[in-house]
Amino acid sequence: MEIPDDLHYTKEHEWVRVEPDGTVTIGITDFAQEQLGDIVFVELPKPDDETVVLKDEAFAVVESVKAASDVYSPISGKVLEVNDDLPDNPNAINEDPYGDGWLVRLEPKNVDDVEELMNSDEYEELIEGLTD
Amino acid sequence: MRRTPLYDEHVAAGARMVEFAGWQMPVQYKSIVAEHHAVRGAAGLFDVSHMGEVELSGPGAEAACARLFTNDVRTLAVGSAQYSLIANPCGGLIDDIIVYRIGADRFWVCVNASNAAADLAWIREHEDGSCRIDDHSDATGLIAIQGPQAASILATLAPAAASLPRFAVARLQVAGVEALVARTGYTGEDGFELFVDADATGNVWRVLLDSGRDRGLIACGLGARDTLRLEAALPLYGHELGPETSPFEARVGWAVKLNRPDMVGYEALSAAAAGAVRRRLVGFFVEGGIAREGAPVFAGGSAQIGEAVRQVGNVTSGSHSPTLGRAVAMAIIERDAGEGPFEIEVRGKRRSAVVTNLPFYVKRA
Repeated sequence: MEIPDDLHYTKEHEWVRVEPDGTVTIGITDFAQEQLGDIVFVELPKPDDETVVLKDEAFAVVESVKAASDVYSPISGKVLEVNDDLPDNPNAINEDPYGDGWLVRLEPKNVDDVEELMNSDEYEELIEGLTD
Repeated sequence: MRRTPLYDEHVAAGARMVEFAGWQMPVQYKSIVAEHHAVRGAAGLFDVSHMGEVELSGPGAEAACARLFTNDVRTLAVGSAQYSLIANPCGGLIDDIIVYRIGADRFWVCVNASNAAADLAWIREHEDGSCRIDDHSDATGLIAIQGPQAASILATLAPAAASLPRFAVARLQVAGVEALVARTGYTGEDGFELFVDADATGNVWRVLLDSGRDRGLIACGLGARDTLRLEAALPLYGHELGPETSPFEARVGWAVKLNRPDMVGYEALSAAAAGAVRRRLVGFFVEGGIAREGAPVFAGGSAQIGEAVRQVGNVTSGSHSPTLGRAVAMAIIERDAGEGPFEIEVRGKRRSAVVTNLPFYVKRA
């Protein structure tokens, strides 16, 4: 189970990376993709000047053969970009959840909000509690 | 929760176990999609020991099978199998089954795990005492090897298997174990099902996996079994089939032979065959995600003619088709619902659904 130590995590199994330009990238964790199994469908928000997501609100859906799962936004912000490759290659989330499987990039309302999220050690503890 | 003789094999292999019909079964080992592709392209090995096995034997067995099962067992040669149905007096279904004639007066019946107890009770209640009924379910393991490489893999252990015709059954030695080997399956591919003593099932499973590895054989779970049978439009009891469903609605009317007036359900089935059904089973390509079982199907809503949208049925099985790379569904809809356009509810939103011919997948000859 890969849990990179430079990311922030939620208890809903999303990860957040703060980019050098102050934007943030969001995806689902290795644990989440493994629990879901083969992901075959992804629904993402449409990025335009008006599209904002709010913390803890569902903004995307990832669907595996067995079940659909909402993805909740770890922080509030404006959607700058979505991963356009995912609808044709949703399996990228399984293969590379922290890389090619990223979901959206946001301009955060307040980038300091990420400090309220878990760090990798705290997330690892959460996972261990779930899999015991 | 019940365990098959292969439970320890699944756990040791790291399978994800789920509850199914009261049994702990592997839903996947590593990936449902990879296991699906293995069966379409090479071969897959399935533990289906949860299924039930009932034997009817003795001088009255043929007559009992002819009365209780809708297909005509009297036409079945020794060493052959047929798909059949157990109907209720209203013409609905108690189960769908495979009947293997393993002797002149011996019929081996493979039934769904979820219905095994009810089937056995029904058979005991409705036969007239002229045949013997044995439940072999607990004493029997069942392994399915399916896919284009299945015959060549099994032939390395039991050469005679490769010459069995489709739907033939024979008693063969496999890895030193006596097995009832049938060229049947539930995937839309060539393949075999092996009934073996519960105690010997683990050994046969391990030897088959080892023998087939070089030809691409991998262990497969119920997840792939479901996507495979859905692509092949093979019905699943509790989904396409049930006590309220006529076989003539569900594309299995061909397994009803109306040549025995004493057959259970004869009158209702005759009426259904003559057109007294109100529904039909159809296949859909679905946009915008997977339409899951139970999702409502809508027709109408054409703005031009001011037609109202109305629900015409429900999805019976829906999933992602790994072979086609798109969402597919089977649904039972009103017979007169027309040819579309249809919409199906996917996660609370109505999505476009296009009728397509069943099955979704046909094996290349």
